[in-house]
Amino acid sequence: MTEKLTVATTSLAGCFGCHMSFLDMDERLLELMTIARFDRSPLTDIKHCSERVDIGLVEGGLCNAENVHTLREFRRHCNILVAVGACAINGGLPALRNHIPLEECLREAYLDGIGVEQPGIPNDPELPLLLDQVHPIHEVVVVDYFLPGCPPSADVFWKFLTDLAAGREPSLPSPMLHYD
Amino acid sequence: MYTHLETAESPETLRRVVIDPVTRVEGHGKVTLLLDEENHVRQARLHIVEFRGFERFIQGRPYWELPVLVQRLCGICPVSHHLAAAKAIDQLVGVDQLTPTADKLRRLLHFGQMLQSHALHFFHLSSPDLLFGFASEAARRNIVAVLEAYPETGLKGVRLRKFGQEVIRMICGKRVHGTGAIAGGMNKALSREERDYLLQDVDQIIAWSGDAVSLARDLYLSDREQHDRFAYIRSSFMGLIRPDGALEFYHGGLRAKDERGQIIFDHLDYRQYTDYLHEQVKPWSYMKFPYIVSLGPERGWYRVGPLARINNCEFIPTPLAETARQAFAGYGAGNPVHGSLAFHWARMIEVLHAAEAIRELLLDADIMGTDLVTRGEKRYEGIGVIEAPRGTLFHHYCVNDEDIVTRANLIVSTTSNNTAMNESIRQVAATYLDGQTVTEGLLNHLEVAIRAYDPCLSCATHALGQMPLELELLDAEERVISRIQRGVTA
Ligand code: SF4
Repeated sequence: MTEKLTVATTSLAGCFGCHMSFLDMDERLLELMTIARFDRSPLTDIKHCSERVDIGLVEGGLCNAENVHTLREFRRHCNILVAVGACAINGGLPALRNHIPLEECLREAYLDGIGVEQPGIPNDPELPLLLDQVHPIHEVVVVDYFLPGCPPSADVFWKFLTDLAAGREPSLPSPMLHYD
Repeated sequence: MYTHLETAESPETLRRVVIDPVTRVEGHGKVTLLLDEENHVRQARLHIVEFRGFERFIQGRPYWELPVLVQRLCGICPVSHHLAAAKAIDQLVGVDQLTPTADKLRRLLHFGQMLQSHALHFFHLSSPDLLFGFASEAARRNIVAVLEAYPETGLKGVRLRKFGQEVIRMICGKRVHGTGAIAGGMNKALSREERDYLLQDVDQIIAWSGDAVSLARDLYLSDREQHDRFAYIRSSFMGLIRPDGALEFYHGGLRAKDERGQIIFDHLDYRQYTDYLHEQVKPWSYMKFPYIVSLGPERGWYRVGPLARINNCEFIPTPLAETARQAFAGYGAGNPVHGSLAFHWARMIEVLHAAEAIRELLLDADIMGTDLVTRGEKRYEGIGVIEAPRGTLFHHYCVNDEDIVTRANLIVSTTSNNTAMNESIRQVAATYLDGQTVTEGLLNHLEVAIRAYDPCLSCATHALGQMPLELELLDAEERVISRIQRGVTA
């Protein structure tokens, strides 16, 4: 390969566990560096995508307006967009709030919670508007690949990225497909 | 104190500068500055911009799900949440004392987590600032550039983290979000093969951990004056402590010392935490602001995490880490060390302690035992507290007759550092940015101050807010799939 693949990553409503699993490639990260280069990612200080990025890895679903904005930016800049992990694919743990009205969650944390002083609901314009439900990312943008798991294992990232780098259609053998 | 920079008068006349997102930290946060015409800083804030609503949506779930559900709050320190929840649900099944094997397996798991999380933070996230300089080129400030410029150091960091992750995998079956702790004990014994697999590398890991302490200390001392002064704030410190005053991560009483090192409270039963700690809400952040009740919200804020623990303890019960602690205490000359950058040094001392403790536990006769679970009389309330990598973590649950969760309260470590992180960025803004033309390198100074605390911002996201906006969520074909009303009523 002459040109390195550019890889951007982002975390929306996720726990960062998918990013940790990515780093679980351990020493293979060195090898990965010979075929790929990071673009925007919370692991770097590049805060916005370059004009064209080959692969965008998205962890987490959508819980607020800012997540939606970031996801759209990713879709615009990334040739291949990948939903990584249970949260991006179906909302995951954060979506457990979907059957509860927002107000009740609010109350619990800021008004009626144990040991809460000066109760009040944060409402500064700097805080992004929350969606009433947590949404998986494919409901808002077109997604090219889905990597299941909570999180997908380091081997899954490795197989997927090296397949793409070699120009192969990525595929995961069944031992690598797991959903927990 | 720099509290005067928390809220500016007439913000509409000021210029807004934003760092969004804060990078090389876990989770979602942003920093806003408000500057006047002469570039004087009038306001500086760290905002936590996400919401989970965990305390509410966990209600109605059976308690035994807690350890596996709550760890998904945070993929960097899942084991901390797993164990804090497990300690709480131990009480729900009437257990105050685990079998020796279960207790030691949990401690081993926790040391593995401490090692991996601290290594990740120091090497993968913070080391670029410390090795290349706070204002070095943004494109280089990442682990890849560290691996290129300092391959030996970078690789040691990768391998230290890997070892911690492997300890977790041996006990929980996978590195991130496995299963291990259950109410009253553990679900699986450690086999001889698993133990031997970890033992073969542990001496090397201890040696590398020692190198990490030297590196963190030397980096700090390389520019003492600047590092002492950078994000220097004075505060109280809080954390768990062993009955004999030793550093403790898994179980102990609560100790708080004031900024001069005088005891505020000591060896408190953490199940009374609500008498001692309250949380203040501020409208501009989803993260609450905890404080020590007896000192009040203005003066009662405190710091947690490695700096607090190393300042607060009287000794560390493993020899190499104790020697390293004495050097650190010597630097403070009898007073607590307050500089925020000293967090890194303290953190690496804890890495060394974790590595030594892992070795001790692997060689302990109980560690491969098979007596794993204890049971007692059902109770209706459980409070589990642990020292997570980032500081004291509280999990509090109530259940009903059917063992369904009816109430939950969490105080995550990063929340306890909320005031401190805000005070630190106000200090840095006032010292380095005030009156200057704002550059990317200067802005990174603010992030360096935040990173010292190793914040875990997705842990810290609890609730949601009311916004003067309306929003429609459209799918890829521009169809409306959700419409958000103007705010929510409280
Ligand atoms: S899929 Fe699992 S590991 Fe990934 S962000 Fe969601 S909860 Fe975390």
